[in-house]
Amino acid sequence: MKADQTLDCVGLYCPMPVVKTAEKIKELKTGEVLEVIADDKGIKQDMPAWCQTTGHEFLGIEEAGAEIRVYVKKAHD
Amino acid sequence: MAEEKEKLTIVMFSGDLDKALAGFILATTAASMGMDVSMYFTFWGLNIIKRNEGSIKSKGLARKLLGLINRGGSKRLKLSKFNMFGLGTWMMKRLMKETNMPSVDEFITMAKEMGVKLIPCSTTCGVMGLPEDAFRGEVDSLAGAAFFLGEARKSKVTLFI
Repeated sequence: MKADQTLDCVGLYCPMPVVKTAEKIKELKTGEVLEVIADDKGIKQDMPAWCQTTGHEFLGIEEAGAEIRVYVKKAHD
Repeated sequence: MAEEKEKLTIVMFSGDLDKALAGFILATTAASMGMDVSMYFTFWGLNIIKRNEGSIKSKGLARKLLGLINRGGSKRLKLSKFNMFGLGTWMMKRLMKETNMPSVDEFITMAKEMGVKLIPCSTTCGVMGLPEDAFRGEVDSLAGAAFFLGEARKSKVTLFI
């Protein structure tokens, strides 16, 4: 999946990937896509829940070995 | 997202390292989800937000003694289980560092930056004789039970840790 910006959260556990995503998404424009790379499996449940609460769009997950790539589209400011 | 922000209110009653971490993990996550978060520190929970440096001056013998055995400060917190005279706590802190987990100290700074309110309970401060300068700079002004209940009434989630 193509992304406008990437956030590396490899080696970080809950709550850091979500906390960093909330910070990073401020840098994106509405409609842009953020790619979050993590290796904590919790992110597969956490990111959809974070998107549901914040109103940003959860686009999907791509997994390659231990690496998990999550895509979030900024839906509003 | 809703017009009015959803609220999370947490009572931090315990001064244990593990429970403090649980509280701050939830507080910072909620803040990242756009929630309005208040943490209300009472009893042993006040130890989490006491400043780490210098001495804390309380008046009267009983309070001075209490301050001596209950100094507090984010860097002095101990595990609720398996402290083993500090060995267990030391091990846990090492494991946290290895897994890039923030310390309680870092969590307090992070929470504050994210807009989490840190409120010490005025009654406990009065009983324990804690002056306002007993706390670190990030801490907001003291409040009582009515303030907490006022916040809790409006909260979607309220926790007691």
